[in-house]
Amino acid sequence: MAEHAATTDNNIRQVAISADGVVKTFFNAEGEEFRVLDGVTFDIYRGETLVVMGGSGCGKSTLLNCLIGEYAVDGGHIRFKTKGMTEPTDLCSMDEAEMNRLRMRFGILFQSGALFNSMTVGENISLPLIEHSYVDPSIIDIVVTLKLQQVKMLPHRDKMPSQLSGGQKKRAGLARATALDPEILFYDEPSAGLDPVTSAAIDELMMDLSKKLEVTSVVVTHEMDSAFRIADRMVMLEKGRVLKIGPRSEFEVIRDADPATLSGVDEQLMHQFLNGYSDGPLTDAEGLSEFEKLINADSRA
Amino acid sequence: MTDAPSNTTQSGGGNVPGKLYNVVAGAGRASRSAAGQVGDVVRYTGGMSYLLGDTISWTLRSLFSRNVKFGGRAILVQMFRVGVKSIPIIAIVEVFIGVILALQLAPTLDTYGQRQRVADVVGIAIVRELGPLLTAIVLSGFAGASIAAEIGSMVESEEVKALRAHALNPIRFLVVPRFLATSLMIVVLTVFSDYIGVLGGFLTAVYILDVPPVLYMNLTQAALTTTDFLTGLVKAGVFGGVIAMIACYEGLRVSGGPAGVGRATTSTVVKSIVAIIGIDAVFTAAFYALGI
Ligand SMILES: Nc1ncnc2c1ncn2[C@@H]1O[C@H](COP(=O)(O)OP(=O)(O)OP(=O)(O)O)[C@@H](O)[C@H]1O
Ligand SMILES: [Mg+2]
Repeated sequence: MAEHAATTDNNIRQVAISADGVVKTFFNAEGEEFRVLDGVTFDIYRGETLVVMGGSGCGKSTLLNCLIGEYAVDGGHIRFKTKGMTEPTDLCSMDEAEMNRLRMRFGILFQSGALFNSMTVGENISLPLIEHSYVDPSIIDIVVTLKLQQVKMLPHRDKMPSQLSGGQKKRAGLARATALDPEILFYDEPSAGLDPVTSAAIDELMMDLSKKLEVTSVVVTHEMDSAFRIADRMVMLEKGRVLKIGPRSEFEVIRDADPATLSGVDEQLMHQFLNGYSDGPLTDAEGLSEFEKLINADSRA
Repeated sequence: MTDAPSNTTQSGGGNVPGKLYNVVAGAGRASRSAAGQVGDVVRYTGGMSYLLGDTISWTLRSLFSRNVKFGGRAILVQMFRVGVKSIPIIAIVEVFIGVILALQLAPTLDTYGQRQRVADVVGIAIVRELGPLLTAIVLSGFAGASIAAEIGSMVESEEVKALRAHALNPIRFLVVPRFLATSLMIVVLTVFSDYIGVLGGFLTAVYILDVPPVLYMNLTQAALTTTDFLTGLVKAGVFGGVIAMIACYEGLRVSGGPAGVGRATTSTVVKSIVAIIGIDAVFTAAFYALGI
């Protein structure tokens, strides 16, 4: 339904990013390969907000790192089509200069905020502006003020990142991510560690950006309230694959369904995840960590 | 199960933006076999050369291209950091070396009745060799370790990733200022340590060995040529560059949290000292062959 509505009011929905069979492998301590992403395929449309969900350690941050070109993929393709581009371009085929031009269209909010610790909050936000936009320092100053106001961080402008709380760092990180008025915003757990009010304010800001500036957003989040508030579409990752991708309404149906009516283990699994239940297919033996298995074995004995 | 990223790394891919990352990260892969270790050495040197090439190209670009801003302030900050803290330690070490050399050589020279010649030997040993060498060793502890720790924790806190994500090249922003600052500052510090070392020899000779002060000064001046001085400074500059490169490289390939940062600092100091002495040997052999 929501998908349909979006289709009609945009007429043609343009793909901004497409992930096509993305594979990413890591090596563990023994030097063995393991696949964190095992053929992830989905499209992200221009102007939409896509929420990426999945259990801790399922590869959401890894996926984000692949999308921003930080990790080279070991298989598959990631293609971008930003406003200036005539053809979708594969990340792998870009040289450093092209990559940097694309990165200037990005904004990224990292899981930890990732502020530059040797600079004040204000300097953190002005750095990309100074380096990439050749405007007057007084204008940069105004932009910084504006961006800090948006995230309610103006009073902390001259503080060093070490003097900020986790939530404040994240908000400053968001101000920096939006400094160059990006076309695509990536968020890694934007509301983790924030109080409900600030978290709702961040959600508002994210929705504002995507509506007013037609920003395409990719949001990794564990906060279900926030996810259902901001998402146009949602994607659920499990064991390195896409379990389901679809409009928010479809996920709402699964969330609110009676478990007895759900068909198949995938839907039961999503039902458990979306509701945050501790019992279900996700927490059956193989989903547990080694530690949890030990505890369980102990308590059974 | 797989939640322990220490000693793990991503595998290489063909993608250009991640190239340095792959070289750097690939070099950190733990392997135990002998073949693996040879591979590690090759990868390490490869990664290092890549970093050096990039650093030099960014340095030239920031000096000569109008599009790349020259981070003068960043370099000054780094020079201050590298230089100021290490001055007292360098002074102490060099004075003692001057004293030790003078006292060690005096008995041998006495057998030829040439005690006053400590001036020549101390002067040449300090200016050509021990001034630059010891300054570099002290700096590998001071500057090298702190650069590795700083960049390592920037990698851990995703700062380096954030730089890249904002299309700001980490080599240009982090490595170039440290490389230039360390190479320049070590030259300045070497001039200083040359004087202090000679002063140590002078004080020992005058107050303990009873060499007349004016004679000592004249002999030192006669023994030392500008070439001696310059070869020492050239070596020092190279040592500084090597320390900075090893420190930045170790810092950039940090993985595995705070423990990884600790490992990087230790490894920086050890590798720098070995590299400095090795390079010194090469320089000395080359100067000897060229008769400089
Ligand atoms: N650089 C790395 N080297 C090796 N393994 C890694 C690396 N980064 C992540 N991993 C592994 O890949 C898996 C996925 O990690 P990732 O950080 O993408 O999870 P996530 O879905 O973001 O989890 P969370 O919700 O806890 O942030 C984990 O098992 C992790 O141990
Ligand atoms: Mg994550």
